[in-house]
Amino acid sequence: MSATTTSFYRVGKDISDSVADTSLPVEEIWADRKFKAKLVNPSNRRKLTVIIVGTGLAGGAAAASLGEAGYNVENFCYQDSPRRAHSIAAQGGINAAKNYRNDNDSVHRLFYDTVKGGDYRSRETNVHRLAEVSANIIDQCVAQGVPFARDYGGLLDTRSFGGVQVQRTFYARGQTGQQLLIGAYQALERQVEAGTVNMHTRHEMLELIVVGGRARGIVTRDMVSGAIKSWIGDAVVLATGGYGNVFFLSTNAMGCNNTANMRAHRKGAYFGNPCYTQIHPTCIPVHGDTQSKLTLMSESLRNDGRIWVPKDPADATKDPRQIPEEDRDYYLERIYPSFGNLVPRDIASRQAKYRCDEGLGVGPAVAEIDPDGTERQVRRGVYLDFTDAIARMGKAAVASKYGNLFDMYAQITGENPYETPMRIYPAVHYTMGGLWVDYDLSSNIPGLYVVGEANFSDHGANRLGASALMQGLGDGYFVLPNTINDYLADALSFPKVDASSPEVVEAEQGVQQRISDLLAVQGTRTVDSFHKELGSIMWEYCGMERTQAGLIEAIGKIRALRQQFWSDVKVTGVNEDFNQTLERAGRVVDFFDLGELMCIDALHRRESCGGHFRAESQTPDGEALRDDENFLYVGAWEFGGDGQTPILHKEPLIYKAIELKQRSYK
Amino acid sequence: MSENLMSLTLRIWRQPNAATAGKISEYKLAGVSSDMSFLEMLDMLNEELTVKGEEPVAFDYDCREGICGMCGIVINGVPHGRGNSAVATTTCQLHMRNFKDGDVITIEPWRATPFPIIKDLVVDRRAFDKIIASGGYISVNTGAAPEAHANAVSKLKADRAFDAATCVGCGACVAACPNHSGMLFVAAKITHLAMLPQGQPERPLRIKTMIGTHDELGFAGCQNAGECAAVCPKEIPLDTIAQLNRDLIASLFNRAGKSTAAE
Repeated sequence: MSATTTSFYRVGKDISDSVADTSLPVEEIWADRKFKAKLVNPSNRRKLTVIIVGTGLAGGAAAASLGEAGYNVENFCYQDSPRRAHSIAAQGGINAAKNYRNDNDSVHRLFYDTVKGGDYRSRETNVHRLAEVSANIIDQCVAQGVPFARDYGGLLDTRSFGGVQVQRTFYARGQTGQQLLIGAYQALERQVEAGTVNMHTRHEMLELIVVGGRARGIVTRDMVSGAIKSWIGDAVVLATGGYGNVFFLSTNAMGCNNTANMRAHRKGAYFGNPCYTQIHPTCIPVHGDTQSKLTLMSESLRNDGRIWVPKDPADATKDPRQIPEEDRDYYLERIYPSFGNLVPRDIASRQAKYRCDEGLGVGPAVAEIDPDGTERQVRRGVYLDFTDAIARMGKAAVASKYGNLFDMYAQITGENPYETPMRIYPAVHYTMGGLWVDYDLSSNIPGLYVVGEANFSDHGANRLGASALMQGLGDGYFVLPNTINDYLADALSFPKVDASSPEVVEAEQGVQQRISDLLAVQGTRTVDSFHKELGSIMWEYCGMERTQAGLIEAIGKIRALRQQFWSDVKVTGVNEDFNQTLERAGRVVDFFDLGELMCIDALHRRESCGGHFRAESQTPDGEALRDDENFLYVGAWEFGGDGQTPILHKEPLIYKAIELKQRSYK
Repeated sequence: MSENLMSLTLRIWRQPNAATAGKISEYKLAGVSSDMSFLEMLDMLNEELTVKGEEPVAFDYDCREGICGMCGIVINGVPHGRGNSAVATTTCQLHMRNFKDGDVITIEPWRATPFPIIKDLVVDRRAFDKIIASGGYISVNTGAAPEAHANAVSKLKADRAFDAATCVGCGACVAACPNHSGMLFVAAKITHLAMLPQGQPERPLRIKTMIGTHDELGFAGCQNAGECAAVCPKEIPLDTIAQLNRDLIASLFNRAGKSTAAE
């Protein structure tokens, strides 16, 4: 290992999950844990308060379930209603090992597919439990009235998804996420009415309160009045989603942010595998500098669409229908003859990037800054062509299969995809990394639990399609409500904390100080201009392909940009008001720190695995090359202090039920 | 489609907070690309205002994919700019190619008593959450669900439930209604749950509590103007209100459920 690399971090002690009893066969561990976890008497539950941040599938399900159990729940979201959390945008479906198709599916197969799909970088025990509870999720959602697709016999329909060979994906047209979230939201509102859950909308968590080593509360800002307030509880649950917006452009909602996680990280919570991000290949390309976010289209399009670029860069602006067959490069079919356009997400994404880097991209040219600082115009798009499919199946059949996606494309681009090929480009979609948790979903700070995309736990280095919804609901409905009791059972004897406790006062003052610092700069540049610049650094150096030199370069650039931000940012208005500029400024501050940590994690992991592709670690034919000898572990990062290097703790991954294998798609 | 650049005159409702009177302010914006979304056009205006040291325009947004229901602006007098769009749309999915160089665009918040203005174009829609909390659900605790295939649902009813369940809770129906009725929102939930076997036990009670809450919060009754369905980004059909009325009448002859008088 070179000195330049190690100067960015220190290595601390190895860690491990001490909760799951791994001496048992993997299929017996969850039942064993549920039996051994301490319980809380129903009459004591009403004396205990759980703070839950986030109302998506994980947070909403957890808040509803803990409310039903009889705990007092204080639930927070930054949106105007809990129903708007970004889980709502998931399109494809939710996996469950129901085996309704009689196609050899089982809990063990879902477990196996998820571990393999994660490129052997997830924890076996957690993934097996996820597969175990998957079937319960479908039962629960159906009972709530979630309108899953049904066949004419009135039973649930399923489809195949994400490169697995069984049909285990339940779906609700192209809006499964919305329907599942509305189910959780309705259960949640029922508890609001019952008085077990207090809902705080338009509230943003800005600090974690730790007293005597335990998470005891949070500090929030009321986004309407600007009021800073502390909330004290017996446990804190973060269900705050992923951090794709560190790239500025992503398929995340505009408000998605990582402030809650970074605040907890700064208070001692380890951050697991921050460099693992998923880039989705079939998104609508960027139209220009004012682009605010990216829109994903279901990757099912690759089942019938053919992906190509012109062989001659001069053809980039030509009407694609006028480009003859011999002048087109169907590059996925050429490079991967057996999988063709159906190669996994990471490969399809990377190959599209290579074509555009080579100057073969199509669509509008967008300004980019080269590593040497020069600006160039690059076309970031490849064609996804349905001409052959329409000729083979007929326009009506294509419309019935993909009509809603074609309509969405037409509305956004103004082009008719039935007549001219669609343009697509990869976009940041999901982050597998997140706060480190043990088998109980507890972080290393006692009393701080992390659920859903916000934790690192189940997807390893790559998430399979239709597994995010499964994990969010699994954590919220079935895992957390069965593990958090073990902690809360002792909570009645915890020392009393109130608004005058020094740790609470200090946390509040820290929040107020940060806000006044932001408002005091009064520079010349907008918050968004900094966020966009950070995003382009991340995308260029910590995106689809990463190199040692590039990552070191990126860390330097981020540090310089952070410094410039604190001397030149312009935040308008005051704190005591509805102030969206101030909200965004605070989030960008935390994205700087996160971006740097992601680059350091990517730098230290000198292997390619899942969504993390290091150019130095590839097979002779250009595929990702894992290094199990040196990197078969979770990288859990401890905050080392401002201006100090972070500390790496390794959690070795032990595979007992599944044999390690190298992926191959040739 | 090729990109056009245009110059616009924006007439925008500015109101510092609920307690202060608002007014229309006019802004010129040049260099707007036809490929931009409507909200990206407002982002561009806000960037210019910020650099000039002026307060940016507050407006709600989140997913920008037309599914979260957070955005909602009245554009040229019509919620979500439906008057400028050939297809049903949320504000975030309205694109500037529907406008032309030199256009004057009037931009206002939802206006309805149950949705008080917070600032500029941002309103408080928590009233919708209160309607759902009063009965817009099926009571089933986590863990208490029977096997998913315990009840078959005819495809016809499942599809009708789905069509109603696509409501995103944006509130355009209320903003468009001359009476500021929230009936289409309530009807969508009533229809969704009434079509499913799981929704039957609470069906007579649900309609009573939801309509009761709707009225208490200051939403008015439906007079069949149909403006709600015309602007609905998810095209919730107007006949869901007929379903609501049928269920409401039937509930008056049904003593099922708990009586509020007994409590």
